[in-house]
Parts: sequence; C-alpha cells; structure tokens
Amino acid sequence: MTEAGTFQTPSRSPFAGLMSGTAGPVIVVVAAIIAIWYLAAVLLNTPFQRDIYQRGGIENPPLAQLVADTLSQPRPVLPAPHQVAEEIWKTTAEKSITSKRSLVYHSGVTLSSTLLGFIIGTGLGIALAIGVVHSRVLDKSLMPWIISSQTIPILAIAPMIIVVLNAIGITGLLPKAMISTYLSFFPVTVGMVKGLRAPEAIQLDLMKTYSSSTAQTLWKLRLPSAMPYLFASMKVGVAASLVGAIVGELPTGAVAGLGARLLAGSYYGQTVQIWSALIVAAVLAAGLVSLIGLTERVVLQRMGMAR
Amino acid sequence: MQPQPADSAARSVIDIAKLSLTFETGDGPVHALSDIDLNIGAGEFVSFIGPSGCGKTTLLRVIADLEAPTGGTISVNGMSPHEARLARAYGYVFQAAALYPWRTIAENIALPLEIMGHSREDREERVRRNMELVDLDGFERKYPWQLSGGMQQRASIARALSFDPDLLLMDEPFGALDEIVRDHLNEQLLKLWAKTDKTVVFVTHSIPEAVFLSTKIVVLCPRPGRIYDIIDNPLPRDRGLDIRETAEFLKVAHRVREGLRAGHSYDD
Amino acid sequence: MSPVTRILSTLALVVALMGSMLTVIETPIMTLGLFALPVLLVGVLLSILVLAPYRTGLLSGARACAALTGVSLLMAVALLGTVSTYPGAASHGFWAYVLVAWAMAWLSVEELSGLMPQSPLGQRLVALAIPLSFGVWLLILWQLAVVGFGVPRVLLPAPSEIWLRLLSSPQILWEDFRQTFLKAVLIGYALGCGSGFLVAILVDRVPFLRRGLLPIGNLVSALPIIGVAPIMVMWFGFDWPSKAAVVVIMTFFPMLVNTVTGLAAADRIQHDLMHTYAANYRQTLLKMRLPMAMPFIFNALKINSTLALIGAIVAEFFGTPIVGMGFRISTEVGRMNVDMVWASIAVAALAGSLFYGLVTLIERVVTFWHPSVRG
Ligand SMILES: Nc1ncnc2c1ncn2[C@@H]1O[C@H](COP(=O)(O)OP(=O)(O)O)[C@@H](O)[C@H]1O
Ligand SMILES: [Mg+2]
Repeated sequence: MTEAGTFQTPSRSPFAGLMSGTAGPVIVVVAAIIAIWYLAAVLLNTPFQRDIYQRGGIENPPLAQLVADTLSQPRPVLPAPHQVAEEIWKTTAEKSITSKRSLVYHSGVTLSSTLLGFIIGTGLGIALAIGVVHSRVLDKSLMPWIISSQTIPILAIAPMIIVVLNAIGITGLLPKAMISTYLSFFPVTVGMVKGLRAPEAIQLDLMKTYSSSTAQTLWKLRLPSAMPYLFASMKVGVAASLVGAIVGELPTGAVAGLGARLLAGSYYGQTVQIWSALIVAAVLAAGLVSLIGLTERVVLQRMGMAR
Repeated sequence: MQPQPADSAARSVIDIAKLSLTFETGDGPVHALSDIDLNIGAGEFVSFIGPSGCGKTTLLRVIADLEAPTGGTISVNGMSPHEARLARAYGYVFQAAALYPWRTIAENIALPLEIMGHSREDREERVRRNMELVDLDGFERKYPWQLSGGMQQRASIARALSFDPDLLLMDEPFGALDEIVRDHLNEQLLKLWAKTDKTVVFVTHSIPEAVFLSTKIVVLCPRPGRIYDIIDNPLPRDRGLDIRETAEFLKVAHRVREGLRAGHSYDD
Repeated sequence: MSPVTRILSTLALVVALMGSMLTVIETPIMTLGLFALPVLLVGVLLSILVLAPYRTGLLSGARACAALTGVSLLMAVALLGTVSTYPGAASHGFWAYVLVAWAMAWLSVEELSGLMPQSPLGQRLVALAIPLSFGVWLLILWQLAVVGFGVPRVLLPAPSEIWLRLLSSPQILWEDFRQTFLKAVLIGYALGCGSGFLVAILVDRVPFLRRGLLPIGNLVSALPIIGVAPIMVMWFGFDWPSKAAVVVIMTFFPMLVNTVTGLAAADRIQHDLMHTYAANYRQTLLKMRLPMAMPFIFNALKINSTLALIGAIVAEFFGTPIVGMGFRISTEVGRMNVDMVWASIAVAALAGSLFYGLVTLIERVVTFWHPSVRG
C-alpha cells in the first residue's frame, strides 16, 4: 500500500484572489494592449519622423528624443493612447456640449438615432418572431427571407436609403434610424424565434392540459422562456444599431455624428480625430451593451431565472 | 454479523484508512467525508447507500481520482488513485449516460479504446462483444438521441466495460430509470458480474437495489459524511429477482433501513 | 380553414366581384374599365371561379393549391402587361385586382404549407417552393408598385430595369465581384476566421489569458469595428489588402469568442469521463471539446460570412481603385445611375446568400447531431 493520502491545500498567494477572478486578468491584458499600442505607435511613426529629421538636417537623434517625437506628431500614422485621450478630453470636457466640435454633441446625435432604430427594430423583431412562431405560412415563407435579408450588405444600401428617404421628404433622425432598425431587427427576430420555441414539449403539453389559449401560452410560457434569448439578442442588436447609425451618417455629407467625424477625419488625414471618434464609439457601444446586461441581470433575477 | 467468507479476503482492491475530504466553499467548509475506513476485496460487489448529500458520490470520485482527499490514505490496486487512473484500472459509469451525440453507439463504446490506442480490429471485436453483453446488438449504427434512456445507460455500461477493467465504479447508474427497466438492468448487471468476476462499487439510494446486488453494503450518514455500518450480505452469489420475496432478503433490507434511520435520527 | 384564410378568401372574392365597377386605367385622355382589357378580364373571371368553390370548401388541398397558384400568376402577368402599356396610369380597379392576386398567392402558400408530401423529395420541394413564391411575389408587387404609381427611377427602379442592367453590364459587375468578393472578402474571411480559431485554441490552454481575453473579446465583438476602415485604408493603401484587413479584424473577434465559449461547452461529466480514461490534452481536444464546440464555431462562421461582405463594401467607401462593389455603389449613387447601384446590390445579395447558404450546408453536415439540426 502506497502513501497517496496526505494532501495539502495549495498555498494561497495574496494575489491568488485577484488573479483567479476576471478583473485581474482583464487588467493585465488591457495593460498589455496599451503597451503594444505604444510600441506600435513608435514603430509605425518612426519612418515619417526620420523624414522630418532629414529635412531638418538632424543626424542620428538620441533614441529618447525619437520616441518622444514619434509620440507627439500632429498627424501620426498611429496616434499614441495619451494623444487620443487628450483629444477626447479636449473635445468633451473642454467644449460646451452644443458646440459642433464637441464629441458629446456628436455622440448624442449618433446615440439618438441608434436608440430610435433599436427600439423600432426590437419591437419589429419581437412582433415578427411571434408571427413566425404562430403562423406556418410566415414561418416557411418569411423566415428564409429574414435570414437572407442579412446577407444583403445593408450598409452598402445605406447611402441609397438616405438618398431615397430624403427625396420623399423624410429627413433628420428617421432615415438613419431605419438603417439601425434594419440591422437590429434581425438578431432579435432570430433570437426570439429560438426563445419562443425554447419551451419543451412537456411544458407546452402542460399548457394544453389547462386548455389555455394561444395568447395565454404565449404570455405565461413562451415569452418568459424567451427572456434570456431576448436579452442576448438585444445585446447584439444594440451593437448593430450603433454600427448602422454610424454608417448612416457617412452619406449625409458628414454634418453631425460620430460617423461624420470619422469621415471628416479621413478626408483631412486627422488620425487623432478618427481614433478619438472610434474610442468614443467603442465606449458608447460598451455602455449600451452593459446597460442591457444590467437590465438582463435584474429582470432574470426577478424572474428567478438568473444563472 | 456473518463471518467473512475465506475467498473474498483474498486480494484487496481498495484500501481506505482514516480518509477525510473537506470542501472549502464560500459559506465555510463542507465535511463531505470524515474518518472513512473501508476495504474492498477482489470480486466483491459493494454498494454505498445513504441519504443524498452524505458523500457517496464524493467517496466514489475519490476512488476514481476525480477528487483529492484532504486527509488519510487510499490505495487502488496497491497504487495511489492517480496511478491507478493512469493505468486505466477502472471503468466509471456516471449518473447520466454522457454519450457523445455525434458518435454512433458503436463509436461511443469504442471511444475509450481509441484513446487507449487499441487497434481497429480489436476495437471492433470488443465493441461487438460488449454490445452483446448489454443486449444492444443491432443498434450499432444508431445515434444516442435515437435510443431510450435505458438503452443509453446500457450503452454507457458497455463503454465502461469495453476496455475490460477489473474494477467498475457506478454512480447511481439506474437512478433516472423506471422500476421495470431498473429491475431488468439489475438482473443483467448481476449476471454480468457473475460472468466476469469484476469488482463493482455501486452507489444507490434504493434499499432493495443495494440488497439485491451486493455482497457488502456500506451505509453512510451525513454531516459529516461517514460510514455508519458495513453489512455483509449473506444471500448466495447466484440470485434471481424472486429472492426479494424471501425472509432472508427482508432481514438484510431491514437492517439497512435501521442503519439509515439511526444514522439520520439525530438531526430530526 | 383558419380565420385568416376565411377572411382573406372572402375579401378576395368580394373585391374581385366589385372591381368590375371601378376604373382600372385612368389617363388624362381616357379611362378603361375591366371589360376593355380582355386578358385581365379572363384572369378575374377565373379567379372568381376558383375563389368561390375554395371559400365554400368545395375545392381544397393540392388541387386548390395548383388552381390558386396558376390563376394568381395569370393575373400577375395580366396586371404586369396592363401596367407596362399604361405606365403611371393605374387606378382604383387596378389596385383592387393586385389585392385579389396577392390574396390568392397567400392562400396558395397557405394550402401549400398544409400539404404533407410523403416522399422526402416532395417535402424538400415544398420547403423550397414556399419561400420562392414569397420572393417572386415580392418582385411582382415591387414591379407593379413602381410602374403603377410611376415612381421616379432615381427613387426606386423597377426590378425589370435592374434585370436589364444586370444583363447589359456583366463585365463591370464581374470585375467588381472579383475585386471585392474573391479578393478582399474571401482572403480576409479565411485569415480572420483562421487566426481567431488558432488564437482561441492557444488562449484556451492558458486559463489566465482566457479569463482576461474573453470579456475583452466579447466587448470588441460588440464594437463598431467597421470604423477602422479609414485607418486601414491609410495603412494598407487603396487596393484590396486594406479591405481584407478590415475583414480580418471584423471576423477575428466573433470567431475567437465563439470558439473559446464552445471549447468550454462540455459539462463536468464529459470532462470527468475523459479524465477517467486518462486521456491527454490532444485527445480530449480532438475527441470531445472540438466536436462539442462545432455549433459555436459554425455560428461564428455564419455571422462572419455576412460581416465580411459588409466590411469589404463599406471599407471601399473610404477609398478604392476604380473597381469594386462599394466603389460602384457610392459613385453611381452620385451619378444618379440608380439601376446600376441596385444591380451591384443584387450581385452582393446573391453572393452573400450563396456564401451563407454554403456555410449553413456544411454546418448541417458537420453538426448533424445537434438538436437544432436533427429536427
Ligand atoms: N465540488 C464540491 N464543492 C463543494 N461541495 C461539494 C462538492 N461536491 C460535493 N459537495 C458537497 O459534499 C456533500 C456530499 O456530496 P455528494 O458526495 O454528492 O453526496 P451524495 O452523492 O451522497 O448525494 C454534499 O453536502 C455536497 O453539497
Ligand atoms: Mg450522488
């Protein structure tokens, strides 16, 4: 008989708690990304900086100066994180929010059409899913087209839609919102069809034994079981909505919105402006998604479905 | 208590002494096992019985090296459980069949053989033999989701037997099945055990099942999980389902029930 | 008969009967009623002959389905013919008959989906015919609406015009397709999905990385990555590599996240099982975790197939050589050549659908065992 018995609990380092969750690793990975970003910024901006030195007749500048200079070019190939942060600070905190140069103003423009489109899209998606689940004709005829509708690169038609809607007198928020709607109804429809069909046969049979009406089954069984699916697809939908709003701003002549900032930035080679618009868009998307995630947590907890 | 038959003390397969296991959980330690002493000899059929949460599964998992004890010693085939697992000493049957839906029944049974590097001919031969053993011949090309629960569980037993381990660890394998299927499978399992001379450790919470199948019944009780009683079953090795009507069977069953009741009584 | 069927057939029958009292075509110089249009008249008479017994239940099943389909198509042809002779002059009667024809098409689909063919081939055909008829009717209604209302071409061209454009400029469209789809999309897709998959396998081996990267990957999948297009164009130039780069970035994260999630999909029993066999990492990966992850991986492949096309086309809005689908769309919109725009969109939609369909087909073969596929 061998001694296989005496086991010890693994010793716990003070960092074990931090590193075993997700917070620690995420912080480390983010730090790594920022470090790589700085490195890449130096490397990518070096050739142009050398050109400048050559023109200025500076031979072999010290490395420290090269690094400092590559990280402070006005129009770098890749702006350094602190340049982007500075730009974002200048265009948010230091500008009045009604100013055309304020990113808060532009974000607001994009956000409002995102939300309008998302709300319409979610409503439409839920309605379509209910139709599809209850009507054989809709299921068989519409569902394949709903799916293939997404293979149409809608963003490619975005300019078309804006032009067409402008021509028939619909301007402002609605045309952009319609692109967001188109992009966000799809994940919601597909997710909700799945969710509404999630109850198992015995659960549906149970409702049948109560001779419950279709509406009652929908309300008491199908919709509650679809909730996790709804939130999952709403997260996808709101992200798609934002993309739709941004791309919808491209053809309107770059007036207002984050998409307009992107386009203007690319016209004038203002890389710092592009990156700051990108980062703000990313923060917006993250905020919207986590807002839905939060709602999800609260609602599912209330319903006793939290996992 | 019945005196130990001479042959079952022959070679010891599992030796457990002063074994304990404590889970560190968010709300404090859970003493899943405490002070377990147990010997299981070759060719025995041992059942663990007890109320749920008393540590039956945990004890079986410790034997299988799926869980590490926090104190005491354990050996399987004279090795540590870890070495025994690497030596593929045992087949484990889980509570759920856990068959892979993308493999046919035959391919599922061949899975451990593929992992252990058996040749194709050998695999085919063993799959055929074990499917016959559990009465599944003809279902080779079916997928698990095309079979009933009882058939799936039989396939999982065939899978555990396919590489011919001497030790079979079974965790409530028939827990989810109905009484009639369960009776049938119990009978088959007993025949199989008689035919192959394997050592079986079987977790159950059914008294008739434990008494009908075992040569030795280990009664566990909870909080902390510990052995309350070890009962040697005097019934002959060769038994049919109707033995359950005999007075002797009922006597053993009574003793198991008393043990379960006594082990439980203190917290009522 | 469902309530919808009953209401629809009654409505169609009533409208078909009353329609004869309305003007069908109205121009400043003349008005035409139903009796001046012989082909349409025949169609309407036939529709009444079919709808009446259908409504009363004398006609049902496969025969009703065939009759409804045939007559609705006949009416569609008659209506299309009428409206193209008198474009922009459609009046109340015309739209009434459009309604009748459409209602009959709906009813025919209703009957068709009620058919339960015995043979698998029959079932497949029915499953194909229903969405097909939906698509055909979408085109018919589009054509009727555009020509009937006289919608200006700049707003929305008729399908017939788009079709003519498709036929007349295959060379340009093929060049665009090759530039955007065969180069940017396919190469970017393969690189993006491939690298996402490989990184996922690596990340999965290091729990620390997995915990750190998964939330970030999830976040990035939700970001408007398309915005990097102008940057990629600055970095990689105007030609297809910059578009492929956008596609790589867009497809990488969905693949990473889905594969990592899929690799974690196996439950505890499955892991314990492999553990009891003392299976090594490679065996566990190949025999259990990858098959288990396949539904997730195909999910990413499908999402990516549409993302890739979108990414490549939108990236072209930020600068291209003078070829490519995105280039074509943005320049022809500027020139008000709307039929060319729509022709490009049609090609893109077809390519996107076929691409998606192909991935779905492979998915059905590979994950045949998954509850969502096996029925
Ligand atoms: N991985 C684990 N972590 C924490 N507690 C556990 C774990 N596994 C089992 N337990 C606890 O150990 C006790 C015994 O569990 P188990 O062996 O599954 O009981 P049984 O199989 O007899 O029903 C229970 O109280 C259970 O909650
Ligand atoms: Mg248990």
